[in-house]
Amino acid sequence: MSGSQFNNKVIQWFDDRLPIFSMLQHSAVEYPTPRNLNYWWNFGSLAGLMLVIMILSGIFLAMAYTPNEALAFNSVERIMRDVNYGWLLRYMHMNGASFFFVCVYIHIFRGLYYGSYKAPREVLWWLGLVIYLTMMGTAFMGYCLPWGQLSFWGTTVITNLFSAIPVVGDAITTWLWGGFSVANPTLNRFFALHYLLPFVIFALVFLHVVALHTTKSNNPLGIDVKGPQDTIPFHPYYTIKDLFGIGVLLMVYLGVVFFLPNFFVEPTNYIPANPMVTPPHIVPEWYFLPFYAILRSVPDKLGGVIAMFGAIVIFFFLPWIDRSKVRSAKFRPIYKQLFWIFALVCVVLGYIGSQPPEGSMVPLGRVFSVAYFAFFPLLWLISKVEKPKPLPQSIAAPVLKGASVGHAAQPMEKA
Amino acid sequence: MMRKFLLSTMAAAFVAAATPALAAEKAELEHHNWSFQGVFGQYDKAQLRRGFQVFREICSNCHSMKLVAYRNLSALGFTEDEIKAIAAEKQVTDGPNDQGDMFQRPAKPSDHIVPPFPNDQAARVANNGALPPDLSLMTKAREGGPDYVYAILTGFVDAPAGFKVNDGMYYNQAFPGHQIAMPPPISDEAVTYADGTKATKEQIATDAAAFLNWAAEPELDTRHSLGLKVLGFLLVLTAMLYALKRKIWANVH
Repeated sequence: MSGSQFNNKVIQWFDDRLPIFSMLQHSAVEYPTPRNLNYWWNFGSLAGLMLVIMILSGIFLAMAYTPNEALAFNSVERIMRDVNYGWLLRYMHMNGASFFFVCVYIHIFRGLYYGSYKAPREVLWWLGLVIYLTMMGTAFMGYCLPWGQLSFWGTTVITNLFSAIPVVGDAITTWLWGGFSVANPTLNRFFALHYLLPFVIFALVFLHVVALHTTKSNNPLGIDVKGPQDTIPFHPYYTIKDLFGIGVLLMVYLGVVFFLPNFFVEPTNYIPANPMVTPPHIVPEWYFLPFYAILRSVPDKLGGVIAMFGAIVIFFFLPWIDRSKVRSAKFRPIYKQLFWIFALVCVVLGYIGSQPPEGSMVPLGRVFSVAYFAFFPLLWLISKVEKPKPLPQSIAAPVLKGASVGHAAQPMEKA
Repeated sequence: MMRKFLLSTMAAAFVAAATPALAAEKAELEHHNWSFQGVFGQYDKAQLRRGFQVFREICSNCHSMKLVAYRNLSALGFTEDEIKAIAAEKQVTDGPNDQGDMFQRPAKPSDHIVPPFPNDQAARVANNGALPPDLSLMTKAREGGPDYVYAILTGFVDAPAGFKVNDGMYYNQAFPGHQIAMPPPISDEAVTYADGTKATKEQIATDAAAFLNWAAEPELDTRHSLGLKVLGFLLVLTAMLYALKRKIWANVH
């Protein structure tokens, strides 16, 4: 980390005492990055951008929001109507959650496809999963805050899941609520935690990046970097590529914010919370739907809760469930098909989760929940049986193709 | 392959978002061309003023609109004096004064629209047990928005043979369950428009729905015009970033 030399004397003086500039130089400028990363690799930095947007818009919203069951709904409407550009802050925050999840889901599925969870990146993968779990908690508690009908009833349904725990379930639920139903104490603590958790996520993201810069980036070929000819410095190559990605994301995201701001919301949540009136159809936000479908597919309450949490926890074991030495699905003909089937199963489960649990949706939900979990034993089996396609010799070789054979044939300096 | 990935992710989002439309059982809504639709859409102020007249003369006899203040009416083109006069028609309780007494005074522009009943119980007693909902967010809180409001206002028809309408209820083809406690609120010539527009039932329903949409989304005009500027800026910026990316990467490929 030390050793960077700067022409500016002030910077050099500071850096000798606290090596911030060396660190930046090391991990944001020189950081050797595989030269063949495709646009799917943009979604990590895009998710980071969404986190920053969420924290900033959230801080300003918190200045005008009131976490009290009698005032919360109207304080959100006051933000929408009377705070200068409050509607913009609120719509950015509300839709930002959806776009944060879009980025993170693409980021996770990219990791799945290209085998980014495999050695030596297991801890990097775990940290990502912990970030995802913390995000789910944060989003769930944030959805409670506007105190609309679905805020109230969604919170009631999900917190009630803990009552499935044998013996102590009811006591835990009462403890979570701070009372005998979702009420003012629940709203207060959810607001406190909703403000806290994003900073926990921020710290986890920092660790995620430290782990990334220790093991270095995976790449679409899934083979190790063999030498300097395989990498390019992060700046300017990936800084400009990330900036372009940010431009595209902002256009889609702000397009929704300005022109379809209620696209992801249920109209029912614009009705103030009323504990005496249950809405006919309670659905969570779209990013929870596949897990909601799994929860409802198990006829037993405790079993459903275990299945729902298990659906995420099982991903922590993925580095050992998948026994193949080859990372990228590009060279794994059977895994590639399994991956796309799994992705499709997740989408269908999302649809099932959005529907009332009646008629054909019940058996369909069960079939697809089984299919979801079948992915893991199948992966365990095929990862030994599958015969991978031949891997390219190096990252530089297929990228540079025949055109610059001389370059690729250079002796490897570090390998 | 990438396209598939993108499609499936997008599909997940769309399926999720389209859900409420599929979930609620109700008649197909007739779709209107509202002036505030689309990226260039803006409110028609003359229409909003007509809609406000309908609200003031008809809806507000039973329905509250607690989130809107009289001062907000300046967005409809009313002058300060007109707003003061509109507000002053209603009395509000204020106080306590120096003697410790509550007192009645005419409403001011800073007051929110005065509800017709002092509380929900009073509203129920006056309305055969039913509570007329607050109209501030009606178009955002119902699937279909202004189209739904229009469909309700014009949806009073004779009940089909064999359909039992309960006492004090009315048949409405757009209302979930078709039994609504609100009597048919509008008819031809139910108002005499200040601007001379012919007050057919359809005209009144359209104007009222547009006004309710403004009440729910008063920021829409600003949102649309600012959105166009922001997207225009981003389009140019992103195009330049792409050109720069191509130039920087030229020696890598």
